[in-house]
Amino acid sequence: MVTAAPQTEGVIAIQGVSKIFPHPDGSLVKALAQVDLTVAAGEFVSLIGPSGCGKSTLLRLIAGLDQATTGTLELDGQIIRGPAAERGLVFQNPYLFPWLNIYNNVAFGLRARRVYKRQKHLVARYLELVGLAKFGLVYPHHLSGGMAQRASLARALINQPRVLLLDEPLGALDAFTRMNMQDEILRIRAESLITMVMVTHDVDEAIYLSDRIVVMTPGPGQVESVISVPFSRPRARNTPDFLSLRSRILEILNFAGRLDEPAYQI
Amino acid sequence: MVKSLLWPLNRLKEAPSLRPIFHHLAVWAALLALALDVYLKDSGLQPPTERPYFRYFLVLALIWLVIAPLIVRSPELKAKALAKDNFYAVALLLLAILNVVTGKYTLIPAIFFPTPDRVLAVLVEDFNYLILVCLYASAKLLLAGFFSGALAGLITGVAIGFSKPAAYWLNPLIKILGPIPPTAWIPIVLVAFPTTWAGAVFLIALAVWFPTAVMTGSGILNVQNAYFEVSSALGAKRIYQIFLVGIPAAMPLIFNGLFSGACSSFLTLMTAEMIGVKNGIGWYINWQREMLSYANVYAGLIVIAISFYSLITLFFKVRDRILVWQKGMIKW
Repeated sequence: MVTAAPQTEGVIAIQGVSKIFPHPDGSLVKALAQVDLTVAAGEFVSLIGPSGCGKSTLLRLIAGLDQATTGTLELDGQIIRGPAAERGLVFQNPYLFPWLNIYNNVAFGLRARRVYKRQKHLVARYLELVGLAKFGLVYPHHLSGGMAQRASLARALINQPRVLLLDEPLGALDAFTRMNMQDEILRIRAESLITMVMVTHDVDEAIYLSDRIVVMTPGPGQVESVISVPFSRPRARNTPDFLSLRSRILEILNFAGRLDEPAYQI
Repeated sequence: MVKSLLWPLNRLKEAPSLRPIFHHLAVWAALLALALDVYLKDSGLQPPTERPYFRYFLVLALIWLVIAPLIVRSPELKAKALAKDNFYAVALLLLAILNVVTGKYTLIPAIFFPTPDRVLAVLVEDFNYLILVCLYASAKLLLAGFFSGALAGLITGVAIGFSKPAAYWLNPLIKILGPIPPTAWIPIVLVAFPTTWAGAVFLIALAVWFPTAVMTGSGILNVQNAYFEVSSALGAKRIYQIFLVGIPAAMPLIFNGLFSGACSSFLTLMTAEMIGVKNGIGWYINWQREMLSYANVYAGLIVIAISFYSLITLFFKVRDRILVWQKGMIKW
């Protein structure tokens, strides 16, 4: 339904990237240290790790909202210098513009790029894609959390970006809406085949969605290991393979628990 | 115990079921006022009017009170009118008392407190001069001042909100000049401007400029940065962000600023007219006061009240239209 971007586009190359922030007390905080990562065209990569591991910082650098202190970030061989429509962005909070109805929120990117007149037929198509065809005239505060996040996805996708960056997009949703939305994201991805990079702290979500999972650790934030998810899609959340991959990731993050030293004996 | 203490409140809650009686109350009040006017003798201390205007007014009110419920079909409007019945009754009674105190017994000085008859006579007989000459002049002055002040305030506020150098230079200017009441500038304005009219426009514009600029600036500075980030990730350039993110997001505060500006512009208009501009409704009131024609003064005040009330109502209508997206989010 939606024209697929050619799969040779959307390659992200990150080389030797570090990011240092000034702390309010005057000292400097190293949020990211020497990160190297390559994301292939059409790949789904999750960045996972505890808070402070720099996963959101890395995503903001790819988005161009912040500048790296050292190193380079490239999209399809071009250095990323600032935010642009080729890299769509979805936050945990949908940040729909409250003064625009859903139709105009989704149309925002077209207007901002001055292509609305030629491409306004896309608005209805993307509203349809996220299942909000009947909600165009509604204002954002009337939508539930899941619907608002779908509108925000449509708003980012209408620019037909080469990369979609998702910063804990489902973090604020309840467990069931969340699982529905995961399937929704997979469905959208199957139709548009764009590269997706998602920050999450939900291990199950990362395994369910990703081709590769980048496990990051804090102090300073760095890539601990990159794990390929070898399962075909659609995936089941309760197979033994799924669960063993889950415990492997939790072990890397030191959150697996301490089974070697039981607290009490039966 | 609590229940018995709340008894009067419960009675109030039941009021809707007593609507027909209240409705009669307004009609009775009009009839009483009419009866007092007809049967009590004038004291003779007030100059007589050509026609009994107050009596005409009461008859019209009575006809309206009786006929309106019969011809209004929409139940919504009907309920709205009925809910105001208490208010109408009390207002009519107060007018009746005023009529008795001023006209029938003249308990307070006739020169400062004219009968409703005399005030209405001015409104009817002096209509052309009051409305077509004075009100028109005031409206022209007010609108010229308000819109130039609002525009200047918006531009200043947007500059402060989006440009650091502009904020650096403009903020002290606003902080020092803003709080000076516009009317305090009158001595300077009278010599600095070629005509008093231009000076008065400037004063009114100044009164609107200050709150509009401050509120627009702080409105834009308070917009969550995430909205700008999202819009830039959607491909919006700076100019687009100013007009399609910054200003709409700041709209609620901009309207707060415009509203305080409108209120102080009314004040400035009246003062400017009384001091420099030899025209307009404020000048009319002052002129009539000097001639001790207090009936004309009250008539002028009524015209001011009605027109400012209409302007403010119009302002809120426009605001509600533009801020329709806030419905259910923020209560004003």
